[in-house]
Amino acid sequence: MSATPHRLVLTGGMLFDVARDSRHEGHLLIEGGRIAAWLDDAGLARLDAVPRVDVAGCLMAPGLIDLHTHLGEPGDDDAETIVSVTRAAAAGGFTTICAMPDTQPVTDTPAAIEYVRRIAARDGAVRIEPLGALTMGGAGTHLSELAALAEAGCVAFSDGDRPLGDPAMLRNALRYASMLDRPVCLTALEPRLMRGWAMHEGAVAHRLGLPGAPDCAEEIAVARDLALAAHTGARVQLGIITTARGVALLRAARERGVPFSAATTPHHALLDDRWVLGWLGTRPTEGLDPTRLPPYDAATRITPPLRTPDDAAAVVAALADGTIDLLVSDHTPRTSAAVEREYRLVPPGITSLETSLATALALVHAGRISLATLLRCFIDAPARLLGRPVPRLQPGEPADLVAIDLAHDWQVDPQRFHSRGRTSPLASQSLRGQIALTMCAGRIVHDDGRRPVVG
Amino acid sequence: MGEPAIVPGGRRHVLDLDDFAAEEISAVLETARSMQEVLGRRIKQVPALRGRTVVNMFFEDSTRTRISFEVAARALSAAIVNFSARGSSVEKGESLLDTVRTIEALGADVIVIRHAEAGVPQLVAHAFGGSVINAGDGRHAHPSQALLDLYTIHARFGSIAGLRVVIVGDVVHSRVVRSGLWGLTTMGARVTLVAPTTLLGPAAYWHATWPEVTVTTDLDRAIDGADVVMALRLQQERQDAGLLPSLGEYRRRYAITAERLARAAPHAIVMHPGPMNAGVEITPEVATAPQSVIEAQVGNGVAVRMALLYHLAGES
Repeated sequence: MSATPHRLVLTGGMLFDVARDSRHEGHLLIEGGRIAAWLDDAGLARLDAVPRVDVAGCLMAPGLIDLHTHLGEPGDDDAETIVSVTRAAAAGGFTTICAMPDTQPVTDTPAAIEYVRRIAARDGAVRIEPLGALTMGGAGTHLSELAALAEAGCVAFSDGDRPLGDPAMLRNALRYASMLDRPVCLTALEPRLMRGWAMHEGAVAHRLGLPGAPDCAEEIAVARDLALAAHTGARVQLGIITTARGVALLRAARERGVPFSAATTPHHALLDDRWVLGWLGTRPTEGLDPTRLPPYDAATRITPPLRTPDDAAAVVAALADGTIDLLVSDHTPRTSAAVEREYRLVPPGITSLETSLATALALVHAGRISLATLLRCFIDAPARLLGRPVPRLQPGEPADLVAIDLAHDWQVDPQRFHSRGRTSPLASQSLRGQIALTMCAGRIVHDDGRRPVVG
Repeated sequence: MGEPAIVPGGRRHVLDLDDFAAEEISAVLETARSMQEVLGRRIKQVPALRGRTVVNMFFEDSTRTRISFEVAARALSAAIVNFSARGSSVEKGESLLDTVRTIEALGADVIVIRHAEAGVPQLVAHAFGGSVINAGDGRHAHPSQALLDLYTIHARFGSIAGLRVVIVGDVVHSRVVRSGLWGLTTMGARVTLVAPTTLLGPAAYWHATWPEVTVTTDLDRAIDGADVVMALRLQQERQDAGLLPSLGEYRRRYAITAERLARAAPHAIVMHPGPMNAGVEITPEVATAPQSVIEAQVGNGVAVRMALLYHLAGES
């Protein structure tokens, strides 16, 4: 992509104010990496010498923030590099991705944090903010030097997708973290109920002969994590919430006023365990079609597992009423060699940065959540959890933004992903809503091929 | 060999019985009867699969199933190659699918595969240009065992529809049960699964796929008037995993004993897919009683596997 001009006008976009849930058309002047002004038609006419990009009809919003991205680099750059993951992020509308600490090495030292920040600044198309490992090696037995990690610039603490099994250890970790003004992102799963699991425990797993992870593994962990959050006063984010039982506990905690943040993914809201059945199941009458996949497809192996249709419906309801306030991609790149194997032994995780927004938009198009809710879950809530001002498309703000062509239908083709990861359960499915243009710090980092800079 | 009932080439893989209609099962059983006749001859061989290569890929220990397929392939004049994961390229880190691609390049027509992980035959079928027969994958499916059980039941009763079949044991972990349920329910049998709750699983999980099946923890009631009683192998590891207090308690409640068998129909038969733990899930006395068809099951297995191989790889 050629260098973005220092001054640029994005013309004809639909400006969306999440706070007021209002839209109006206008033109956005970008200058020196920041938003300089909103222009009406007369204002645009006065700037006819300034280069323009036509984003007519597109929804304009601040860049999305992903709190849960797994990197490949350092450690597994066959699966993903900083270049490929940030290009994938840009293509998915994300201008900031928060990197899970489960790289090789694990980011449990200031040097590891600084390394990720350095290569991110050098190679990244978008911003990468590293999380620090809550425990050494993410192994759950010894606390990392959390204060040193915070000073080195980590934005949050987490052990990635590995749940901390020992409640006494978790209590100590939360108490210690509470003095450091960093949130702790927890995986709400009880590992002792998930030994040898392949998918969600239920009728589908039973038919396929696969060992299951029961929903109570989440329910127990949610209860425990909520209790420890209240007890320690730590700022916690519970993730990734996937079950009706987990949602019920969270909703009750919201009603009591317990402060917490909770995350889910668009795929857990929209897909379910029938996707593991693939063409052995029945074709749905509308929406996405799981029968296009073969049974036991590696792209359906996800942690936490895809749950039942009732669970997915409960997750959507929780997004709609604010019980769950965060959407994350849980992007997890894998090489094809790593996933071409026995289903239960496939390392869980899918390539999702480039499909997350469009997947979540399917809920908006179906009238199940509002567009404002979707944007709050991808923009406002992550910013708040990171302790930052909520991004707005206002003069003076950094030009981290996205133009979304809400009506554009496209077919998911993993071979055309920018990510090196190719595992997606959505392969060949049709989604509505595509990123027209992504800008990070005033630089165009992605466009849909129909956005030439004119003038 | 008489006129075979099945038309070769009509099916590519046998991964489970979930895609077998009653007519196809009947056709396989009828072909198996022709094969049984071949096996009764002095020279137990026909040239149906001459020039074809069958590869046995057994990633899990098995004696009877592997040898059964081997004898079946030889009786049809196919070349049979036994691949053992032990000492192979798999042990040197080659992936399963790379191994399959190598075997394809070496000219295999049929892969017979057994693996401890559910879904592996589907994975292999996707990558392999020939035919795949599932010889048991995890707790998922074991279609040739289910077919030989159907054959054995049919041989005794002349039909399957309406029979009351009671299956006792570790049903939740059993691939024999899952494939058996597809076959038995398709053929119109009424099936009851019996086990302690930890080896039974929730009734709703069974009913979601097989709505007709009855599940219960009470063997003494379930066995009342049964036509077929099938015991399953109980693995020691179930006790180690905390699913059972002891083998003794299991035996007292769930072993097929002569006293319990007396409550079944007078003509009832006793089956077991093997290998047996005589003295645990079945008493030695019952295993060798006149009602026991356990030995016949083994012999029938060869004929049924010949029928399957003929079905997939025979000249049409």
